[in-house]
Amino acid sequence: MPRPERFASRHAKTAEGNDAALWSKCPKCGEVLYSRDLAANLYVCTRCAYHFRMNAYDRIESIVDGEFTEIGGDVVSGNPLGWSDKKPYDAKLKSDRERSGLSESVICGFAEIGGHPVALAIMDFHFRGGTMGRVTGERITLLLEEARRRSIPCIIFAASGGARMEEGMLALMQMAKTTGAVTRFMDAGNFLLVVLTDPTTGGVSASFAFQADVIVAESKAMIGFAGRRVIEQTIRQRLPDQFQTAEFLLDKGAIDMVVDRRKLKETLVRLLEYVSA
Amino acid sequence: MSNNVIVEREKGLLQLERRIAELREASAAQPLDMSTEVAALERKYQEILRELFGELSPWEKVHMARHPARPTSLDYISRFDRFDELHGDRHYRDDPSIVGGFALLRSRRVVVLGQQRGRDTKENLRRNFGMPAPEGYRKATRLAKLAARFGLPIVTFVDTKGADPGISSEEHAQSEAIATCLQAFTTARVPIVATIVGEGGSGGALALAIADQVLMLEHSTYSVASPEGCAAILWSDASKAEEAASRLKLTASDLHGFGIVDEIIPEPLGGAHRNAEGVVARTLDTVDAALTRLAAFSGERLLEERYRKYRQLGEWQSEGLEPIGSMH
Repeated sequence: MPRPERFASRHAKTAEGNDAALWSKCPKCGEVLYSRDLAANLYVCTRCAYHFRMNAYDRIESIVDGEFTEIGGDVVSGNPLGWSDKKPYDAKLKSDRERSGLSESVICGFAEIGGHPVALAIMDFHFRGGTMGRVTGERITLLLEEARRRSIPCIIFAASGGARMEEGMLALMQMAKTTGAVTRFMDAGNFLLVVLTDPTTGGVSASFAFQADVIVAESKAMIGFAGRRVIEQTIRQRLPDQFQTAEFLLDKGAIDMVVDRRKLKETLVRLLEYVSA
Repeated sequence: MSNNVIVEREKGLLQLERRIAELREASAAQPLDMSTEVAALERKYQEILRELFGELSPWEKVHMARHPARPTSLDYISRFDRFDELHGDRHYRDDPSIVGGFALLRSRRVVVLGQQRGRDTKENLRRNFGMPAPEGYRKATRLAKLAARFGLPIVTFVDTKGADPGISSEEHAQSEAIATCLQAFTTARVPIVATIVGEGGSGGALALAIADQVLMLEHSTYSVASPEGCAAILWSDASKAEEAASRLKLTASDLHGFGIVDEIIPEPLGGAHRNAEGVVARTLDTVDAALTRLAAFSGERLLEERYRKYRQLGEWQSEGLEPIGSMH
């Protein structure tokens, strides 16, 4: 796959960067992993199968057959509320862009997976905690509208801390907007599959993430409406570790399946085979 | 001691109100004419009222929206010509923090829905402080579909801090319940009029607020998160809620400016509870007028306009930042 400019440069930085980037420590079992091995294992710990949070570009590369054609990449945000706290919101966006190499919390586009043409939306927690602002909603809407025209399935990888505070109600309204787009897309007979990744909460989980035909979650991903901290503060007790994990949701009947990332692509291809033309 | 800044402010006023009433009584009982004293006191009272409530900050509006005496959804619904409450989600239980059912409004048949907080501690416990569980949203979804099947317009009253953030709500898939409710409102081929009457908190409020016409009381608030929640999320410090309130742009006039709210319903000086009867009547008139306007549209047209309305909210505006990373 020919990498977009920004993608190549982000990786180049890592390659010539400091030694710390060579090694990654598993936050769960403490194993020190050689970063190249970790990447080759799709950012799953080779010892304990802990799933690291994945960058959107690595995700795309791990899922698509070849080309990925982006849509909505030129849709970017300013500072609609004139928000400023420690620094102005547009400055926060700028530094997140530089740090993450991403232009927003979601990247959308078209590709093939196992020979099936699909529309893809990949959210990335590394940009503003994957929060949904106007651009997030606009890009997903553009994608779904185009996928509907093409009558092809859509796969959304969700990862989000919820609606983006700094865009206020305009962010909340993206729940309504994406719901509209999802509903039109699905009502026209198209297949929507959502992959919930760590973490998916708030306004994203309470809109398109839980409106899909099939909902798959990555192993141990944290998924919920309210964040763990909020619930603990409300009930004034500590929650069990298993609470709000993918496995917990599967047990409660909220999702269809839990998948190990290393089996994800083949699972998606199998599922697509049932519904593709 | 109340932690509501509006209630605190009203305490002195209550004393003044009592004195005016006493003076009136005394004046009626005695041959002595005390009307000039009464009039002077009343002028004073109005002056203080204007001083205290003439200009409310966003934070003060947050407290006004939460005022214990502020009319709640049922205060509006009880002024409909008729209301037959329908209960339950057909799966698990009836959630009293959302009320709904068939109703007659100015002899028009509608389905009405609203989040309902308690008017005292006991009722608040029963109604979970107006924070709906998934069962509440499933009831709302069911009633929205019922309305659409029989061509009945949907009238909603929004008043919640937000959806319930508890263990049982997570176990019963709060996210799915809200997401599905949003879809039901998006696809209902009947006119929908939503009124933000108190606090409009986050996704839990939006679930009853996707509408063709969104009305909002002057001192209500409608926000992506509660100011306390926002401060906790951004700054890990809930005590900065006042600052968050002013940044969030959660007032009726802010939201009218963004095109999120279509019409603002004015409140008397000092808030809706100072003339609840009047505010309720004015609100129902406004709802009725909106329904009359919307009655002219076909179901198809309503869906199209509703889609467009939310489609263009927060549409891409180039606000100074250059697109980055586009393919060269």
